[in-house]
Amino acid sequence: MIETFLNAAILKAAWPILLAGLGNTLALSLLVVPLGLAGGVVLALLSTVRVQWVRWPLMAWVDFFRAFPPLVLLIFLYAGLPFAGLEMGGFGCVAVAFFLNTGAYYGEVLRAGIESVPAGQIEAARSTGLSRLQALAHVVLPQAVRNVMPDLLSNTLEVVKLTSLASVVALPELLFQARQAQSLTYNPTPIVAAAVIYFLLLWPVVRLLSRLENRALAGRR
Amino acid sequence: MTPPAATPIVRATAIHKHFGALHVLKGVDLEVAERELVFVIGPSGSGKSTLLRCLNRLEEPSSGSVVVDGIDLLDPRTDINHARQRIGMVFQSFNLYPHMTALGNVTLALRKVAGRGRAEADAIGQAALARVGLADRAGHMPAQLSGGQQQRVAIARAIALEPRVMLFDEPTSALDPELVGSVLQVMRELRESGMTMVVVSHEMGFARAAADRVLFMDEGMIVEAGPPAQIFAAPAQERTRAFISQIKHH
Amino acid sequence: MGNWDRFVETFFNAKVMAKYWPDILSGLFVTIELAALIVVTGLIAGLALALLRSLGIRPLNWLIVFVVDLFRALPPLVIIVLIYFGLPSVDLVPSGFVSTWISLALVLMAFAEEIFWAGITAVPRGQWEAARSTGLSFGQTLLGVVLPQALRITIPPLTNRTIAITKGTALGSVVAVSEILGQASSAVSNSYNPSPLTLGAAAYLVLFLPVVVLGRWIETRFAWKR
Ligand SMILES: Nc1ncnc2c1ncn2[C@@H]1O[C@H](COP(=O)(O)OP(=O)(O)O)[C@@H](O)[C@H]1O
Ligand SMILES: [Mg+2]
Repeated sequence: MIETFLNAAILKAAWPILLAGLGNTLALSLLVVPLGLAGGVVLALLSTVRVQWVRWPLMAWVDFFRAFPPLVLLIFLYAGLPFAGLEMGGFGCVAVAFFLNTGAYYGEVLRAGIESVPAGQIEAARSTGLSRLQALAHVVLPQAVRNVMPDLLSNTLEVVKLTSLASVVALPELLFQARQAQSLTYNPTPIVAAAVIYFLLLWPVVRLLSRLENRALAGRR
Repeated sequence: MTPPAATPIVRATAIHKHFGALHVLKGVDLEVAERELVFVIGPSGSGKSTLLRCLNRLEEPSSGSVVVDGIDLLDPRTDINHARQRIGMVFQSFNLYPHMTALGNVTLALRKVAGRGRAEADAIGQAALARVGLADRAGHMPAQLSGGQQQRVAIARAIALEPRVMLFDEPTSALDPELVGSVLQVMRELRESGMTMVVVSHEMGFARAAADRVLFMDEGMIVEAGPPAQIFAAPAQERTRAFISQIKHH
Repeated sequence: MGNWDRFVETFFNAKVMAKYWPDILSGLFVTIELAALIVVTGLIAGLALALLRSLGIRPLNWLIVFVVDLFRALPPLVIIVLIYFGLPSVDLVPSGFVSTWISLALVLMAFAEEIFWAGITAVPRGQWEAARSTGLSFGQTLLGVVLPQALRITIPPLTNRTIAITKGTALGSVVAVSEILGQASSAVSNSYNPSPLTLGAAAYLVLFLPVVVLGRWIETRFAWKR
């Protein structure tokens, strides 16, 4: 059993390949998380505009990308758009797909955060002469972020996990590298090793989240 | 006691406010002279807060005009953010920013709207906190302060901008009784320094001692106005009398 | 105008769509079947784990927490690939369908356990004590008093999680499941035209958009208030 699933010789041979994959997974995460957050902040700020012709398209946009499986979005960009002469490459496709998909999720989380800040906060800020945008940026958003920290973190965990989709468009991140190594060695050890790496990387986050969520719940009862 | 001076600091004329079908302000006229303290009383829901909020355009009047310190607030060309710096407001629920220190609360608008540098803003903020007796609490977060202290920080936040007029919306209603005095004391000192003030409150003792005029509002209108002694002791209107006696027996 | 025609010709090609829509439709049914299996088994397994955890047996709880953490931390695609490409090495050969089902059910189980457990612990102690003081057994209290209250507050987060995980059925295309995306992708390579992907995208929206809107409604309806 151990021979098959965690073969030392194969692990040793595959190690550099996996490490390179891990590096790319981390780099990809460092790109797509800020990208998605930026998209989310824009969506959340737009959601504070109380004008119907902003609100409805915004909600439709968010729901559209929440309903659309991210892999379908990615494949559409990667395999569909080239037919229209738009070739973005695997990396460009991943960046755009994540911006759209995770932006919508971050947007929802931040919107809930903004709504959790009492209206008196904006009024106090406006009464001292801050503009709407200044009040949102300096007074509301910092409180909103703090209020939904567990959800933001949970979403970020999902985004990092989601970077494994990039393997489908041949970006050499951890899962892709593991599958390469597996097909070369005819042995599942590299994939098991990749899973272990993912787990060791993300377990602390899961633990932290579990604590934060329990604390939030205790506060609510 | 004296009638408003020739050029009042606040001149609100024929203010109407509708919330959908609800007619909340029904033609209110209000003039406040320089250094005057106008005290507003009236039953809950009579439109006191709405009137106050129309005076700095937190609420958009449906019609009428509001001129503060010579600035027409409802003119679309008016830079409302600039104008609001001259109109301080203190809320019933303090509304301190919980993620900033007391000093941070006081200096935010100084830096972002008045364009002061950090050092200068901090100096002004410290002075404002000193005026409300909280110089030693500058580094505290709102959650570390008592209700009375929080409300005094909120007052400091407003006076740091050197407003021409201050609006108080039930500043002591959310406070435990033993903390009310410190806030009223600060308000009294403000008044003595010559600040023009409009105060919505139920603190009759404060009104007797410090108010120039008392307005009684009911159902969106100013029913009666006069010096505190007259309004409290000998109101002309039946509605005012009923309200006063109700308050007294509280 | 010419550009627009070319765009329509490319992404909304009537001839291609006419030829491949039955494929996409069969893919839709596979997706629905897969999704239904995942939701039912995942939620039941999650609830079972949460109930087991409420028994308060230390070593068992450590195990449950570890399993939950494991499937929260691993990317679903990694689990699918692991089962599909790994198990054959020990002469277990699950199909792509079964691999996807098991993987996503395990992920949903983990998230559901976490949410159910949170719901159970959110019910005040007094509820337990009141029920036990009237002579109800542990099981009767749990099932009759605590769980109904817990379920109510778990509904919004559970709905959102279930939708998000169920969307993962598209990952099955990576291990040759002929669900919507799989069908659409092979149709694209057969027809040299992306219209089947458009159809597939539409199929996903038809399937998931109502669920997302429903989730939004539930969220406002059952908000964390008392
Ligand atoms: N934003 C609003 N939308 C709808 N109705 C409001 C709003 N603000 C105040 N009102 C209504 O206007 C009336 C006057 O309110 P307010 O000015 O707060 O009274 P007061 O401060 O004298 O208690 C009340 O009936 C209140 O319900
Ligand atoms: Mg009021």
